[in-house]
Amino acid sequence: MRSNFVFQEIWVGLRRNLTMTIALIVVVAISLSLLGTGLLFVKQVDRTRTYWQSKVEISIYLCTADSANTTACHGAVTEQQQQQLSQTLRSMPQVEKVTYVTQAQAYALFKQDFSNDPSYVSTVKETDMPPSFEVKLRNPSADYGIVASAVTGAPGVDSVIDEMTILSKFYKLLDGARNAVVIVALILIVAAVLLVANTIRLSAFNRRRETGIMRLVGASNFYIQLPFLLEGIIAGLLGWALSAALLIGVKSLLLNNLQQYFSYNVGLSTTDLVEVIVLAMIVGVLLCGLTSFLTLRRYLRV
Amino acid sequence: MINFDNVTKIYPNQNRPALENVDLTVNKGEFVFLVGPSGSGKSTFLRLILKEERPTDGQIHVAGKDLARLTNWKVPHLRRRIGCVFQDFRLLPNKNVYQNVAFALEVIGKPRRFIRRVVPEVIDLVGLEGKHDRMPDELSGGEQQRVAMARAFVNRPMILLADEPTGNIDPATSIGIMKVLDRINRTGTTVVMATHDAAIVDSMRKRVIELEYGKVVRDQVRGVYGQAY
Repeated sequence: MRSNFVFQEIWVGLRRNLTMTIALIVVVAISLSLLGTGLLFVKQVDRTRTYWQSKVEISIYLCTADSANTTACHGAVTEQQQQQLSQTLRSMPQVEKVTYVTQAQAYALFKQDFSNDPSYVSTVKETDMPPSFEVKLRNPSADYGIVASAVTGAPGVDSVIDEMTILSKFYKLLDGARNAVVIVALILIVAAVLLVANTIRLSAFNRRRETGIMRLVGASNFYIQLPFLLEGIIAGLLGWALSAALLIGVKSLLLNNLQQYFSYNVGLSTTDLVEVIVLAMIVGVLLCGLTSFLTLRRYLRV
Repeated sequence: MINFDNVTKIYPNQNRPALENVDLTVNKGEFVFLVGPSGSGKSTFLRLILKEERPTDGQIHVAGKDLARLTNWKVPHLRRRIGCVFQDFRLLPNKNVYQNVAFALEVIGKPRRFIRRVVPEVIDLVGLEGKHDRMPDELSGGEQQRVAMARAFVNRPMILLADEPTGNIDPATSIGIMKVLDRINRTGTTVVMATHDAAIVDSMRKRVIELEYGKVVRDQVRGVYGQAY
């Protein structure tokens, strides 16, 4: 009897302001899916960053006989200078691993990288390739400055290149995209909150006769407010269901396609997606439920 | 049953009290007319009993409960023991007679079997037998007020408050309404009726409390409406 009555009231309420309910569902759906997309972006960027951070190295290029950089280099690096540098790097606590790449190895890598352009390879001789130290850091973002300044300007060093600076541009782009998505999502959430409040207010106004009589005959506050509360939450859940579909679309169409452009696997798992969808549900239900509750406190007082 | 102990009510932003030092007792089973011109405080008196308003000063006891000490979430339970009838009937236009009366029980969570047994009894009591399926707009004013009375009485309240129940009804039909109220009163229910209808008050010969500018100016057992109006 009771639940029957409550559901009947909800149905009547949702149907009576159908346009508002549809608007509410759509706005909730879009705001939740944007929020979810933002969260997926955050996860994707983090995943990519961790992947690269474990790979990123500092390259310390040493002088060759005919280095272009004449201020730092006076002829090719000597055996002694190279030993000295190797020792300095290995003694630093921030350094995890040091690999010495000889001219021959560098040339081999170069030939491999440009194997489809033999004419280009033929113009470069083995002696043109600088030998280098590939230094792996324990904590690349924090320790780069310390290690770089220790070797920059040391005898025999041509230039120090941090792969992080190349990657950071890419990160900035990803971070920017993520922030934009999250900001739009937050603005839409504000819109959703206002819409929920308005819908519930309209609903309460539409049924003021019923609620007035309910109050009069001694229906409990909970009983009077429950249909409205559930009305908001059901609209929120419908919006969430739509947003879940949209998020699955975002993941399978956008992020999975993005993965094709990378040779290594940084794709998000289904678990990540489920996590984001569940989070979106919690946000959606809390948002609608809480807003309805607070609105009702104002418009359905004892 | 209802006890006002030196009650004063001043609405916010108003200087003149709506009720001033009202001190009276209505006993169980009494039938009381509340008379006085518009703005004399009759409606405030009824609203205070329902705890829709709080007194500025003084104490109110209803059905043995001190209203000041009644928490908000217990107010609905107080209201279940008080039935209300208004000048404008306040029926739900999209429900028929039976549904309107049953609504009052549904929303306080009474079981369906109980509702099916009790509602027809009360509809018979107010004299609307055979009209269960009529919609409010198919009924006359007097019949609509009977539905409202059935709804107010269906939960067997201890007190029935009627705020000008005959205000929208012609004198001939009013007599029928008063007969129903009298019948309800005879079941032991305390009835408090605010009214402007001198003929009714004079014919019933019940206790009359007269308010003027928020003060009780007359409290008479077996009274009449008075000459002034």
